[in-house]
Amino acid sequence: MAFTTTARTARRARARSPLGGPVQGWLYAAPTALFVVALFLIPLLLVLQMSGSDWPLLRGNLGWNFPDNYVEAVNHRLFWDSIWFTLKYTVITTVLLVGLGLGLALLVQESTMWKGFLRTSFLIPSALGLASASLLFYVLYSPFAGPFADLMQTWGFTFLGTPEGALWSTVFLIVWRYAGFYMLLMLVGLQGIPEDVFEAARIDGASRWQTFRDITLPLLRPTFALTIVLCVTGSLLAFDQFYILTKGGPDNSTMTIVQLIYNIAFQGQNNLGIAAALSVIVLLALIVINVVQLRAFNRPEEA
Amino acid sequence: MFTTRRRVALRAATAIVAAGALVGGLTACAGTSGTPAPAESIPADGVDDGSTLTLWTRAPMERQAKLLVEAYNASHENQVELTVVPNDDYVAKVGAAAGSSGLPDLFAADIVYVPNWVQQGLFADISEQIDGLDYKDEINKGHLNAGTYDGAEHVLPFVLDLSMLMWNKDLFAEAGLDPEKAPATLAEFADAAKAIQDLGKDGVSGTSTGLNCGGCLVFTWFPSIWASGDPVMNPEGNEALLASETAKEVYSTWQDLEEYGAVAPGSAEETGATWVAGFQEGNVGIMPYPATLLSALEFDAGVAGIPGVDGGESTFVGGDGIGISKDSELSAQAWNFLAWMMSEDAQVDVLAKDGNAVSRSDLADNEYAATDPRLVKINEVAAQGDTPVALNFQQAYNAPGSPWITLVRNAVLGDGATVDADNDEITAVLSQ
Repeated sequence: MAFTTTARTARRARARSPLGGPVQGWLYAAPTALFVVALFLIPLLLVLQMSGSDWPLLRGNLGWNFPDNYVEAVNHRLFWDSIWFTLKYTVITTVLLVGLGLGLALLVQESTMWKGFLRTSFLIPSALGLASASLLFYVLYSPFAGPFADLMQTWGFTFLGTPEGALWSTVFLIVWRYAGFYMLLMLVGLQGIPEDVFEAARIDGASRWQTFRDITLPLLRPTFALTIVLCVTGSLLAFDQFYILTKGGPDNSTMTIVQLIYNIAFQGQNNLGIAAALSVIVLLALIVINVVQLRAFNRPEEA
Repeated sequence: MFTTRRRVALRAATAIVAAGALVGGLTACAGTSGTPAPAESIPADGVDDGSTLTLWTRAPMERQAKLLVEAYNASHENQVELTVVPNDDYVAKVGAAAGSSGLPDLFAADIVYVPNWVQQGLFADISEQIDGLDYKDEINKGHLNAGTYDGAEHVLPFVLDLSMLMWNKDLFAEAGLDPEKAPATLAEFADAAKAIQDLGKDGVSGTSTGLNCGGCLVFTWFPSIWASGDPVMNPEGNEALLASETAKEVYSTWQDLEEYGAVAPGSAEETGATWVAGFQEGNVGIMPYPATLLSALEFDAGVAGIPGVDGGESTFVGGDGIGISKDSELSAQAWNFLAWMMSEDAQVDVLAKDGNAVSRSDLADNEYAATDPRLVKINEVAAQGDTPVALNFQQAYNAPGSPWITLVRNAVLGDGATVDADNDEITAVLSQ
């Protein structure tokens, strides 16, 4: 009875209101839509315009020059090197973070005595901003000010002085900073698996390894999808850590694609047009990679 | 099934928009082209009517800029609001502001970028005002030349920063070297560095440099080439001459020091953020070092010009030039600040008093410099120094991954066989 009355009142209200139905819906969505347009769409359109224009940093827009910027971007001497490095870095960090995230999640899920302490310890680095964390590691790695300075001087070792050293020192920072965060995502995924399934497996006599391989891993697929998409996108757009720790060096060996975009725009060439063209290329690549990943992880169960 | 597809599409769209925003946000700087404001008819001393002026400078000049601004604000109706920008962000900030006609009234620029920024029309023409200064011929030539384009002057020296050879006198004495005697040649410099390294003290190195920092390397190594009588570029600034026998001698000296283990660990990866830290802390024996940092040293340091291969001395007359921006609507008031900044009051009672080099040669031998012979030395060497002028200086030398950094790394950390080819790469960038 109450429901009927409410429904009738609502229908009457809609009939009376000049803004009823879809219009009202659009009005509710309008503030968010405005934000999306102002913060996402307009900058995106501006980048598209910039990428097709002769746009030096110090002089502004000098007019349309499509496709010159794209040609120059692809022919840049560091274009392929930076793509190769970014992909290498992405594969390393994704494998390490997803693997370690899962391992830590399993550890803190099983452990009872130290559960709270361990979870907090692993998660604390995630509370630190990436730029702050990078600065912290810059000092830790510093041969002048860092705690290992004397040791480094004795052994002649440098963290950031060689291409391999710079890559792995940065990977270590990222693993330290993000492992706890990915542990949390994995933990949510693990806890989302119904206990009945494990119980059924136990009754059927499945070993711990069989349970993990045949139940835990398949049921974690949506979580893997989320973590891998986040990790791959984040790593492909890596900038802060390299900007602070290596500036793309030594010898341009740690030049990520976004660092290259920044350098072209603000450090040297000062050309926003070419930088924007490179941004558009990266954007298109990200779209393709994300769509492929999501498709792969969202296959129907029976497939 | 339909729901799953919609979800996939929705997630993909979300990822696309998020990625777009991330990448878009990075490069989204709107801008329009501008033309330099024409020089107005400005009184010789400008106008002091209580206006508020804005001034930008980069972080390395913060100490001097603050002193100048405080002294000006205390003695004038006009008030200057100072904004100090981190060094690495300065070009981006000025560029974004220039593109959108939002430059402050006054802004300083690393003197090696000044020719390019002047040519791009960022500074107003102040030839008439500079020509009206009685002491124009005494103003540092390098800085004035850097700001001169098509015969018009746009920039005055803001703060001079000279590269000087400095050594830690305590470490010199410990190593049995004469703390009061400067190395006269590049080889003597290298010998001193090795002697200090031979002390074998924990955490102490003979010398230090920034092998991943193009700006540090031009600032500290070019003077050795100049002191030997060779140029580093042609007068037009579009051809690098950094493969000369002299230049190769400079690289091989540093290569030898590196192999000897006399160069501080970390120099190979140093991007410029901490390249002076080791010396500042008393852990480096001898190195070419910025003169602006002398007053902050807490130990007794010797100061001399940077020696050439066979003797002589020179310095890189760096630092910042300052001008009135194309966007300023307070040109007359801004000139009042500049005219005061060049006066004896500012040069001697503010800059020299704080231990800085002065920008006017007629004030070099001032009362403050007289109390510290090192300051007299700095002012003397300034007259023998040089300021390289090239439109593409930043791209060729200072930018991360520049061809100059490649040349030095190949020559010092590698086998040195690619200097000629690497020099051609620098020329290719300079002549673009």
